[in-house]
Amino acid sequence: MSEVLQSVTDGAALGSLYALAALGIGLVFGVMRLVNFAYGEVITASAYTLLLTKGLPVWVRIILALAVAVLLSLAMEVVFRPLRLATPATMLVATFAVSFVLQNAASLGFGTQGDSVNFLPTLNQAFDLGGIRIRYITLISIVVGGALLAATAFVLNRTDIGLKMRAAAADFQTARLLGVKATSVIVFAFVLSGVLAAVVAMMLAVQRPLATPSFGFLIVIPALVGVVVGGMERLLTATSGGFLIGFATVVLSDLLPSESRVFLNSALFGLVIVVLLVKPSGLFIRNRETEERL
Amino acid sequence: MKWLKGSWELLGPTLLVVVVSLVGSLLSDSLRFQFRSILVLATIAVAMHVFIGNSGVISFGHISFVAIGAFAAGIATMPADIKPLAFPELFPILAELQLGNIASIVLAAALGGIFAFVVGVPTMRLSGLAAGIATFAVIIITNNVFRNWERIGPGAKTLTQIPETTGFLQASIGLIVVIGIAYWYQRTRHARMLRAGREDPAAARSSGVNIYRQRLAAFTLSGVLAGAAGALLVHLVGTVTTQQVFLDLTFITLAMLVVGGIGSLWGAVVGALFIAGLNTFLAEAERGVTLVSFELNLPIGTRLVILGIVMALVLLFRPEGLTGGRELRWPFRP
Repeated sequence: MSEVLQSVTDGAALGSLYALAALGIGLVFGVMRLVNFAYGEVITASAYTLLLTKGLPVWVRIILALAVAVLLSLAMEVVFRPLRLATPATMLVATFAVSFVLQNAASLGFGTQGDSVNFLPTLNQAFDLGGIRIRYITLISIVVGGALLAATAFVLNRTDIGLKMRAAAADFQTARLLGVKATSVIVFAFVLSGVLAAVVAMMLAVQRPLATPSFGFLIVIPALVGVVVGGMERLLTATSGGFLIGFATVVLSDLLPSESRVFLNSALFGLVIVVLLVKPSGLFIRNRETEERL
Repeated sequence: MKWLKGSWELLGPTLLVVVVSLVGSLLSDSLRFQFRSILVLATIAVAMHVFIGNSGVISFGHISFVAIGAFAAGIATMPADIKPLAFPELFPILAELQLGNIASIVLAAALGGIFAFVVGVPTMRLSGLAAGIATFAVIIITNNVFRNWERIGPGAKTLTQIPETTGFLQASIGLIVVIGIAYWYQRTRHARMLRAGREDPAAARSSGVNIYRQRLAAFTLSGVLAGAAGALLVHLVGTVTTQQVFLDLTFITLAMLVVGGIGSLWGAVVGALFIAGLNTFLAEAERGVTLVSFELNLPIGTRLVILGIVMALVLLFRPEGLTGGRELRWPFRP
């Protein structure tokens, strides 16, 4: 019983992280139809900020990490402007190229070995609760994850800019005709996703304190898979997909016998293929599947 | 003349390849190796174009077929005396397998095709991003299995001592044959139906096109060619690891297609030669080259950054690619 609970808690913690990353990807996809592979590098930039500000007080480091993520996210928005009307294939490969550039620039500047960021390491300690070991960061991930999801839902449902974003996500052209400023909505989506990236980077840095060039990439790939598996048409389904991937990763790795644990990725991505075959538009999309362009 | 004009879509790319090989074969030793690798990379890109260009579906999984071709051809041609020592875990049938150069390429092509068919049966039902993620899952699984299951592949070790038989002749003949097959396929009614499905799935279906079946056929043919290209790759370098045929190669080859212009054979060839050529030039520049009158000496590691920036710039300011996704036109007025 305690093993099950342990799996569930650990799964929920990783799931919350992936859910936040998925939300960051989904926000931008919603208004721009752009799948941003380079989102991982926003997370990486935040982690390197934590690394470079090692000696400073924690609150300064947090503010700087947030600032760098938002600025890089905004810079990406400017870079991707010419892509607004491009085909999905071009967009995908272009963001992949940007991700490639930033990763290699990071290896050039900081080396590939990685360096310890030393960010709030005490939070990585565990306490005992009825037979299961819970690390503080596990609780924080779940709580912060839940709080940020709620906050984003609040912004989207209760504020003016949120309403515009939802309108743009539903039908971009019509929203523009009704007076929604395309650029302002897109910029806002990039700012929000930058904030989420910084939060993901900070919570991840506590658990995996090594800042490497692929720090964020390794998070964004599963999160992106989660977004598609969950259903990228809606933020809620995309975010749930991200959560599910994180949760499934932990639970699967606990279920697999230890000698076949190296095949975890095969098992996980095999499941992804199965889910896509059963529900190509997304696991959590309820309505009947529709033909792509009709 | 009319005949020449009619087959210009095939002759144009072929001539370009011949020119590149001739130029390459006149250069110094290290550059000759670079030029041969440009030809092999272009072979992979054209193999991918057969599916991606005609169907309009982005596949991240094609490097799996290259990987299978490379490992099959490598294991089949490794010297018999060192194979059991280096890889004691191999299945006996693989450990005893001993093939010549051409036979190993044929084996690689066959395995690439079979694997593509098996993978395609489920995944070709998907379109758009779902198809992209599903094929991405395929490359992850292939890499994960090859890396950890030492009975069928090198595992985390390096496959070495493979005969380096991909010289200029074999590399350019390989590329030209693949271009020829891609051209032949493009003109069949199957490819036309597939392209109709790419342009307008609903209209194509209502005209009786079975998009799934055409996609599966193109995917399998593409897998055959990619497998053969994998064999050429392993015979070029002489060694291969699982990481060499994984995401970096996937990215580079996809970028070749997109930079050249998705949808045309000419685009695939031009994009491949452009990106691979730039890659080679930058690699040389990291070692120091003299350009006309000044010395160019880039710091080590800038190659990938510059390559990525060039790709991003092409995509941002010429999203339809260098060729605009069109075939090569006869350059003279009729």
